Amino acid sequence: MAEQGAVVVVTKSRWLLFVVIACVSAASNGAVLPQDRSDAMYHSYSGDGVTIDGPSVLLRKKVGNNVSVSANYYVDTISGASIDVRAQASEYQEERTETTVGGDFLHNKTLINVSYTNSSENDFEANSYHLGISQDFFGDLTTLSLSYSRGDDEIRRRGDDSFLEEANRQKFGLGLTQVVTKSLIVGVNAENVSDEGYLNNPYRAIRYLDEDSARGFSFTTEVYPTTRVSNAFSINANYYLPYRASIYGNARYYTDTWGIRATNAKVGYIHTIGDEWILDAHVRFYQQDQADFYRDLFTRADEFNIMARDKELSTYSGVSAGVGVTYEWAFSAASYLKKSTLNFEYDYMNFDYDNFRDATDDAPVGEEALFGFSANVIRAYVSVWY
Amino acid sequence: MKMKMRSLATALLILGSLLSSGCVSTIASIQDIEPWVKPYERSNLADPIMSANRNPIALAYVKHVFEAREGARGADGGAGGGCGCN
Amino acid sequence: MKFKLINSFTSLALAVFVLLALTVSTASEASAPVKNQPASDFTLKSRDGDNRRLSEERGNIVIVNFWASWCGPCREELPAFEEMYQEYADLGVTILGVNVDDDSSKADVLLNDIDITFPVLYDPNGEVSELYDVSAMPTTVMIDRDGNTRLIHKGYKSGDEKSYEKAIKLLLRE
Repeated sequence: MAEQGAVVVVTKSRWLLFVVIACVSAASNGAVLPQDRSDAMYHSYSGDGVTIDGPSVLLRKKVGNNVSVSANYYVDTISGASIDVRAQASEYQEERTETTVGGDFLHNKTLINVSYTNSSENDFEANSYHLGISQDFFGDLTTLSLSYSRGDDEIRRRGDDSFLEEANRQKFGLGLTQVVTKSLIVGVNAENVSDEGYLNNPYRAIRYLDEDSARGFSFTTEVYPTTRVSNAFSINANYYLPYRASIYGNARYYTDTWGIRATNAKVGYIHTIGDEWILDAHVRFYQQDQADFYRDLFTRADEFNIMARDKELSTYSGVSAGVGVTYEWAFSAASYLKKSTLNFEYDYMNFDYDNFRDATDDAPVGEEALFGFSANVIRAYVSVWY
Repeated sequence: MKMKMRSLATALLILGSLLSSGCVSTIASIQDIEPWVKPYERSNLADPIMSANRNPIALAYVKHVFEAREGARGADGGAGGGCGCN
Repeated sequence: MKFKLINSFTSLALAVFVLLALTVSTASEASAPVKNQPASDFTLKSRDGDNRRLSEERGNIVIVNFWASWCGPCREELPAFEEMYQEYADLGVTILGVNVDDDSSKADVLLNDIDITFPVLYDPNGEVSELYDVSAMPTTVMIDRDGNTRLIHKGYKSGDEKSYEKAIKLLLRE
C-alpha cells in the first residue's frame, strides 16, 4: 500500500514538472529539427548459441518548417538455442518485428518528440508511447530535456494457448546537457522506470535440488514480484580535439527495488582522416550485483515466495570493445542528395557470470562451471541525407 | 545504500541548478553572466563527430542489445551540442 | 524509505526547474546593434582579396548576413540572398555575406557549390560578430542609406526571405 502511495505522489509531482517546463518557453529564437535522412542497416548478433539478425530501416523527412516525421521498421530473426533453452528444451526459430512512427515539433527553442512503437512476435506483443520535450537555455548552451514513456505488454507462451499475462511500464527521464567550452559538452541524465504485472520470462525457470531426478535437479517456473521500480543516473562528456577528432565517455549508476545494483562505464575515441573517413573505437565495462531473489540453485521448488534464476538478474560482469568505420560522400550543397555514408561497426561482447552455473555441464549439482559467453555484434548500414 | 542514492541525486541536481543559474546566488548577478560560447564559435560543437546521435538506428540497436541482456535500464541517452542555430 | 527517496528526488528536480525559469526570465537582451542607431563600422577582407569597409557603402541599402559553413539554416538561406541580390543590386542594394568560420577555406568549399555573386567577407576571429553581438546563427542586419540599423533578424526559417524583400522595398521608397 505504501508503494502504491509512493507511485501516486511520484506521478502527481512529475505531471507538475511537465507543466512547469512547458510554461518555461524562452523568447525569440529557436533550435533546429533533426536532419532529413534515410538509413538501411543489417544487424547481426551471434553468441551463446543464438543468432539474431535482420534489417532496420529509417526514414525521416521535414514537413514545413516546424515538423519532422520519421518511421523505423526493424526485424529480428532469432534462431538457435541459448544456455537457458539448452538446459531445458530444444532449438527454436522466431521472428520479431518492431515498427516505430514519430513526429518532432519545433517551436522557438522547444523541441517536442512523440512516438509510438509496436513490437510483435508470436508470443509477445508490446505497444509503447513516448513523449519528449527539450528546451534550450542560456544562449543555447544549456539543454534541458524531459521524457515520459508508457508501455503495455501482452505475454503469451508457446504451446499453452490459455496463457496470457500483461505487464505495464512507465518511464520518467530528466536530462541536462551543458556546453562547457567551444570543445566540450557535458551531460547528466536520470531515469526512473516502474513496471508492474507479469515481469518474468514465461520460459525461464528456477532449478532446485531434486534427488528423484536423473540430473539431481529439476526446473519449475520462476516467480517474480509484480512490481519493479528502478533509478538510473548517468553522466556523459564529449571533447573535441583540434585535429578533428573527439574523445567521449559515459558512466551510469543503477539501482532498483529488486536489489540489483549496476555500474557501467564507456570510453571511446573518434578519429577522422580527410573529409571522408571517420573511425571509432570504444570499450565498455559493466558490473552488476544480483537481485535479492536470485539463486542459481534453490533447495526445493517452494523454498521462497519469489524466486528467479534468470542470468540477467545474477551477479556478473561484462566487457565489450568495438570499432566502427564510416566512409562519407559529400554531394553538392545545391543538389537534392546532400551526403551519403557507408558504415560498418563491430563489437565483441563478453559476459562472465559470478553465480550462474552452466546446468548442461557434467559435474555434481551446484558445482558446475560458472557460465560465460561472448558475442559478435555487427552493424552494416548505408545512410543518405537529403 | 539509500543514503548514497540520496546524496548522488542531490549532487546531480545541485550541479544542474548551478549550471542553470550561472554559479551565482543573486538574481542581479545572474543577469550579468553572458553565454561564454557565442553562436558563431560553435563550429567544433556542430561537427557531426561531436553528436551523441550521429547514427540513430545503429545507436538504438546497440542500446537494445545491452538492455536485453543486462539487468540495468534507463538513463542511457545523450543530447545537446550541435550548431545551436535559429 | 523508498517513499522518502523518490519524493526528495522530485522536489529537488522541481527546485532546478524554478532556477532555470529564473535564468530564462532574467537573461539579458542583445546590446548592439540598436534599431535606428548608426551601425558600427568595420573593415574585413573579402573573397576577392581586397578589404571592404561598411561605411564605403553609405548611400546604398546594406544587408549584412552572418553565416557559417557548419550552420544548416545559413546554407539554406544563401541562395535566397543571391536571388535578392540579382534583383535589387541595380537599385542600390548591397549584400555583404560575413562568414564566421574559423577556417575560411571551409567557406570557399561551400561557395564552390552555391553560386554567390555578392561580396563574401571573412571574420575568422569573430571580431565583427562580437561587435554586432551576433546571438543567433544566422543573423541578418539591414542598414539604410544613411548608415542606420533598421532591421535585425535572428535565425532563418523557410519563408523569411519574403520579409527581407518587404523590408528592402520599404527602404527603397525612402
